[in-house]
Amino acid sequence: MKQCVACCFVFLLWAGSAFGQAKATAQNVPEIPFDSVPNFLKIPAGLYLGEAIGVATNSKGHVFVYTRSANTRLFEFDQNGTYVREIGEGNYGFEFAHSVRVDPQDNVWVVDEGTNLVLKFNPAGRIVMVLGHRPDVIAGAVASPGGPAPPAEKYTFGRPTDVAWDPQGNIFVSDGYVNHRVVKYDKNGRFLKQVGSEKTGTGPGQFNTPHSVAVDAKGMVYVADRGNNRVQVFDNDLNYKTSFMDVGTSWTVCVSPGPHQYFFTSNSNPNGNTPGSWDITGEIYKMELDGTIVGKFGHAGKLVPGFQVVHMLDCRNPNEIIVAEIESWRVQKLMLKQPQATKTSSLR
Amino acid sequence: MKRTLLLMFVGLVMNGIPLAAQSVPEMSFDSADILKLPANIHLGEVGGVATNSKGDIFVYTRTGHPTITIGTSRPFAHGGSRLFQFDKTGKFVREIGKDSYGLLVAQQVRVDPQDNIWVVDQMSSMVMKFDPNGNIQMLLGRKSESERVPAAPPTPQAGGAAPAAGGRAGGGGRGGAGAGGGAAAGAEAPAGQRGGRGGPPGAGQQSDVFQRPTDVAWDSAGNIYVADGFGNARIAKFDKVGKFVKSWGSRGSEPGQFNTVHGIAIDAQGNVYVADTGNKRIQVFDTDGNFKTQFTNIGNPAAICLTPGSRQFLYSSNSNPPEDIDVDGEIYKLDPTGKIIGKFGKAGKEMKEFGTVNQIDCRNPNELFVGEIGNWRVQKVTLRSN
Repeated sequence: MKQCVACCFVFLLWAGSAFGQAKATAQNVPEIPFDSVPNFLKIPAGLYLGEAIGVATNSKGHVFVYTRSANTRLFEFDQNGTYVREIGEGNYGFEFAHSVRVDPQDNVWVVDEGTNLVLKFNPAGRIVMVLGHRPDVIAGAVASPGGPAPPAEKYTFGRPTDVAWDPQGNIFVSDGYVNHRVVKYDKNGRFLKQVGSEKTGTGPGQFNTPHSVAVDAKGMVYVADRGNNRVQVFDNDLNYKTSFMDVGTSWTVCVSPGPHQYFFTSNSNPNGNTPGSWDITGEIYKMELDGTIVGKFGHAGKLVPGFQVVHMLDCRNPNEIIVAEIESWRVQKLMLKQPQATKTSSLR
Repeated sequence: MKRTLLLMFVGLVMNGIPLAAQSVPEMSFDSADILKLPANIHLGEVGGVATNSKGDIFVYTRTGHPTITIGTSRPFAHGGSRLFQFDKTGKFVREIGKDSYGLLVAQQVRVDPQDNIWVVDQMSSMVMKFDPNGNIQMLLGRKSESERVPAAPPTPQAGGAAPAAGGRAGGGGRGGAGAGGGAAAGAEAPAGQRGGRGGPPGAGQQSDVFQRPTDVAWDSAGNIYVADGFGNARIAKFDKVGKFVKSWGSRGSEPGQFNTVHGIAIDAQGNVYVADTGNKRIQVFDTDGNFKTQFTNIGNPAAICLTPGSRQFLYSSNSNPPEDIDVDGEIYKLDPTGKIIGKFGKAGKEMKEFGTVNQIDCRNPNELFVGEIGNWRVQKVTLRSN
């Protein structure tokens, strides 16, 4: 009996880590103070955000929110948070939001893990590219088969999570919860290469739930390898380069534009918090592209300016970060200030 | 060395690509996306596209999966597809059949010589005839009262015939829909109503209900022919007032047998062309279902159409599977004897590339409308005279 209890305990620990909960090992990290803009998004009466899963801005600063409400929907707000319009209302690809990103030409891309699709909307809000294939309705009504995932296919996703582009316009998709890989397509959606597979793994180039992807101006690819509590970095041909291991569980990543790019990753507090988990998770890291930590900001919390399971970051302006939260159904805009000295650490 | 080369050459010729396919002329063409949709309407997977005598364009599209609701412990399916009308310039005219009972999974739309609009729905297993005003004039088949969610695993067809490529070009997911694929053919349906009983494999019951039908056509007398389709492997014939006459076909690869009947078209002489996708051929029958001939070397014919007029041509799409854009995708032009005149296009996502074509309209033999499952669009294809 005792042995059984021990087993259970071990299992619980394991399950906990699988949910993405790890204290960052980085020490003496400067705290970046910030203000959360009060009531940033002005949501029209009668409209409610559900889980705020995806958030992104375009070149004009307009904010796109991909949310799970009664239906999964995509909303556009202007740079002041004033509601502009809904995009893609009722289309075939919206079922369960996961990510929204805006490319350099202001096309809006969404990743839907309920339909296994990546959709490209042009700035006018029309669908101009479909990556992946929604399972047939009749086949899809069949119970999920047990056992290992079938081999990953070139053009079929298994609950994909995110999308990014390199300067040439090649498309990178992190895929996902069923597959555990990152796929590279050319700008016309033709398969080029993948790293990882349908299997989980802990080695370099293997993933356990690649949950987010970002690409810098040199074409380097950063992958939030959430289940492995790390960020993996690849070159443009998806050859493994390095990992960032000291910033906790990477839920979502972004790279700011401009001549000096920064990398951001969120060690989000998990869904399903155990006592004490708020104390060791929830912060967002600002880093140099080589993995050097610049600072961190934010804490887990239900109320503003706390974060309640940050699912996506926008860092088009590295001093104005927009975060989308799963469990508090909101989007916050954070105005970052100059980092403070590491007084808390140095005093200890 | 010379001999080795010669041997290699012979080997290539014998093992390689069929010579006929190699010599098919490539037809040059342009394409455009002319449909102008209202802001809040988006095409999904395009099951069907067709034009009427005025050049108006009808698009039957999957705009979402059917919504399942629970009542009296049975799940009911609602909605999921919509039928839109555009004028010949692509301007949106109206929606037809909004919220009607049978529009679940768009499969095909055809316009008859009187400009009636016929819709084939893969999940409600119905063929619906709308008059030119958009009112329902006749219905064939019956929607299953309720669904099983999740569906029962497909059971092997009686007689054990192989499921093979079932559902491939219809948007079948990983591994295809397989035998029966009959989520819609719920076990709650009255025994025997849903086919597969009392006849050869895939023949379905000799009756007027379908199992995932795929297409509809008419002969010059107005008799109606339904390709039935994914679930069954038969052609069902009705007279012009919808009285069931007969059906032919069973699952298999012999003449007169089918493996996923994906399309049907009838010429002015009463030749019935059947796209037998899984067997990689078009079979030709007379209007009584007697086998006449078959055409091969055109890949998997998934969408076929016949041009009107005194000299008719046949277009047939070798549609790529939805999960792969690096194979197939070309469309063939044939004369009614099966001679291949040319081909154009390939699979892909750009304009002038095709993503799992599910229907072709060829009322104008040099201006085709092509509906795509993979790219959620309709391309207007203009063929240049070669």
